[in-house]
Amino acid sequence: MRAFAQLFAVLDRTPDASGKTAALEDYFRATPPADAAWALWFLYGQRLKRAVKSVDLRRWAAEAADLPPWLVGECCDHVGDPAEALALLLPLNPHPAPLPLALLVEQRLLPLAAATEVEQRAILRATWSELDPTQRFLWHKLLAGNPGIGVSRALLVRALARLARVEIAVMAHRLLGAWRPTPAHFARLMSGEAPGGEPACPYPFYLASPLEGEAPALGAVTDWQFEWKWDGLRAQLLRRAGEAILWSRDEEIVTAGFPEVADAARALPEGTVLDGELLAWGDGPLPFAGLQRRLNRRAPSAAIRRAVPAVFMAYDLLECGGADCRQWPLTKRRRELERLLTRAADEAARREAGLSQTGWLQPDLFDSQPVAPGLPAPLRLSPALSVATWDDLAGLQAQARATGAEGLMLKQRDAAYGAGRQPGAWWKWKVAPFICDAVLVAAQPGHGRRTTRFTDYTFAVWQGDELISVAKAGSGLTDAETDAIDAFVRAHTTGRFGPARLVTPELVFELAFDGVAPSTRHKAGFVLRRPRIVRWRQDKRPAEAGTVATLRGLCRG
Amino acid sequence: MLTVTEHGLYCASGGFHIDPWRAVERAVITHAHSDHARPGSRSYLCAADGVEVLRVRLGRDASIAGLGYGATTRLNEVQVSFHPAGHVLGSAQIRIECRGEVWVVSGDYKTQPDPTCAAFEPVFCHTFVTESTFGLPVYRWPEPASVFAEINHWWRSNQPRARTSVLFGYSLGKAQRLLAGLDASIGPILAHRAVREFLPAYAAAGIRLPAVQPATPESIRAAGGRAIVVAPPAAGNPAWLDGSGEFATAFASGWMLLRGMRRSRGADRAFALSDHADWPGLVSAIRATGASRVLVTHGASAPLVRWLNEHGWQAEALATRFVGEIPEEPETPHRG
Repeated sequence: MRAFAQLFAVLDRTPDASGKTAALEDYFRATPPADAAWALWFLYGQRLKRAVKSVDLRRWAAEAADLPPWLVGECCDHVGDPAEALALLLPLNPHPAPLPLALLVEQRLLPLAAATEVEQRAILRATWSELDPTQRFLWHKLLAGNPGIGVSRALLVRALARLARVEIAVMAHRLLGAWRPTPAHFARLMSGEAPGGEPACPYPFYLASPLEGEAPALGAVTDWQFEWKWDGLRAQLLRRAGEAILWSRDEEIVTAGFPEVADAARALPEGTVLDGELLAWGDGPLPFAGLQRRLNRRAPSAAIRRAVPAVFMAYDLLECGGADCRQWPLTKRRRELERLLTRAADEAARREAGLSQTGWLQPDLFDSQPVAPGLPAPLRLSPALSVATWDDLAGLQAQARATGAEGLMLKQRDAAYGAGRQPGAWWKWKVAPFICDAVLVAAQPGHGRRTTRFTDYTFAVWQGDELISVAKAGSGLTDAETDAIDAFVRAHTTGRFGPARLVTPELVFELAFDGVAPSTRHKAGFVLRRPRIVRWRQDKRPAEAGTVATLRGLCRG
Repeated sequence: MLTVTEHGLYCASGGFHIDPWRAVERAVITHAHSDHARPGSRSYLCAADGVEVLRVRLGRDASIAGLGYGATTRLNEVQVSFHPAGHVLGSAQIRIECRGEVWVVSGDYKTQPDPTCAAFEPVFCHTFVTESTFGLPVYRWPEPASVFAEINHWWRSNQPRARTSVLFGYSLGKAQRLLAGLDASIGPILAHRAVREFLPAYAAAGIRLPAVQPATPESIRAAGGRAIVVAPPAAGNPAWLDGSGEFATAFASGWMLLRGMRRSRGADRAFALSDHADWPGLVSAIRATGASRVLVTHGASAPLVRWLNEHGWQAEALATRFVGEIPEEPETPHRG
């Protein structure tokens, strides 16, 4: 418990990802497997049932600290987190002698569930007397089910992968599997790479570069294939070893959030890897915000699946018949992709014939009509578009927004699938952003080197004579402008809201954004997609800022 | 004996105010923090150790008289004396006695050891006026020695990465206490102007502090990431740190005991070090005075008042404008 509490303290105060990863690595390198297994289990977000009722915990803490219950209540309210308040007010222990984490969990925490009240009280008093305040804080969090330490799975995976000397993808996949917090399972997680490779490894994504300059400079228009640029979650769909796995671009396995896609993918032959985009889809793409409801760790509820139907919009083939086919020219990969998807659709239709269930695949790959009423087919092919002349391309691009896309992709027909951002074969041509003027109404300190300056801004527009917040954006400004705004915030604070300062609405900024999506969590009823600051409009007065009504008019979905 | 008027705590029999928040004829001052020592009064009386720091606060022209700890003077019908409060250099509890009744106004105080000021001394009284900045049992300070060991370790650990350590603490009292606790063998010690301003007064009072250099972008750069800079929190805007290279920041304050406070400050490190009494300090100080009646000032006094009443004291809240150690960033560089 001592080492785990130290790890917690470091993670809690270290803002940067590299520092956190290093702390995790240090901990797991030095910790015996029995403790490491439990630590990992909790850090990974697994929960136990609450072991002790919180009223009992308070009562026994008050008793141990010789304080009246009302004063313990005051302390909990003041601190905000009872786990912390109780840890701080219990009698100090000058010589803490904590049990190792595994023993603490197995001999103290787990028996609590079946213990009588008298036994529970005895276990708590014995444990408190062994712990210092930080350890007690974590102990209280464990009593509630999970320490809730702020570390992302991605960081955890990275640290463990480095320690076990396996690919990040391999570790992420191992952690997804069924494992228990035991030394044996932990050893298996940390073992080196299995011979013959791991079925879970995705390929590096090839990233498009922004198109700068004129498209005709790219040569003959017939050498290029065009596709809509979808505003979703870039992903690879791996169909291998009896499994279907979805990898997002930021090295997360997101399969659990998209069960209908994973199910549909089983109609693909073994040894297939597709590149594409996860999208929320009605009878066209739905706003990106909906997709975020799918990115929880747990499977989406039936209600979410109905409200935000998800599809995988495939546009490339990276592995075919178990072989890496990234060196094939795009035309060949595309032809094979279309063939695979068509065959899978037939196969799925045959398998599902007679069942009143949602179809696996679009029967007509170029038709956006759902096969069953209610839900769209979860595996789709992103249409390949072509134009006769470069001039026609601009016309196509102009239709992007109406299609629900954020622009066009330009892909060279005879190019192999690249890795990372190698300019040349794939270009993205995004539609021009929307623009509006908004008033600065609040600011809070930024992160890292910016912590001492107010660099995270909240912007509002008018609804009648009221300013409604519609966007948050960090600085896209010069250092001098940032300093001037920081000084303005300090001099014009009218109130505080957590770390944020409310300020006199005086400064006007031009914001760019990619769209407007409805949101029940925002007072305006919508949220701007990817807002960013274009410039400080020192020439404008707050009264000249935009209105809620105008922005709402841009809303789709 | 004392009443709260629009000017502050007033002693009618003595014709003086204690720590008035408006200009008065005669002000008797517990200590030189800006919520207790405001300019504009005709004359000031404070503990002899506090005259020089009070002069920094009030300016050359203020009329300030000092009285040694324990010595007594008579103001009209009232005997007045000063007794160490252990808060900052020159801080005092003010004992007032009139017709056999004794009150002690403690101002801000702490019971922990602090080499930069005289230690708190309990004074027997009938009525004790106490602060309650940290008046909840969650507040229990770690030993200062262990906090300073952590601070010095943090400073040392920043050096290999050539990151200047910037330690924020109030310019009067906390900053000097920090200086006194730093291990000068680790590297150069630099201090912000607002901190250095008080150093001559400390030297005059015979307080030994390590030698410090002015903190400027040039001096910080010259130290090549080996220095520690002590600065007031209001100087947190890194405008004066721009061009100083990489740095790591830390706050030293009693509020840093709480995780939420540590996180909201966004500093790299936080050290729980306060010049106010923690809960055990408050209770032991109150008990040691032998007072049967306790008046509680400063903000959230209700829990302490209720607890005292439940434990045999006659306690009530006294509404003042003292702020104690404020959790938010001070707006002026001179806040204590």
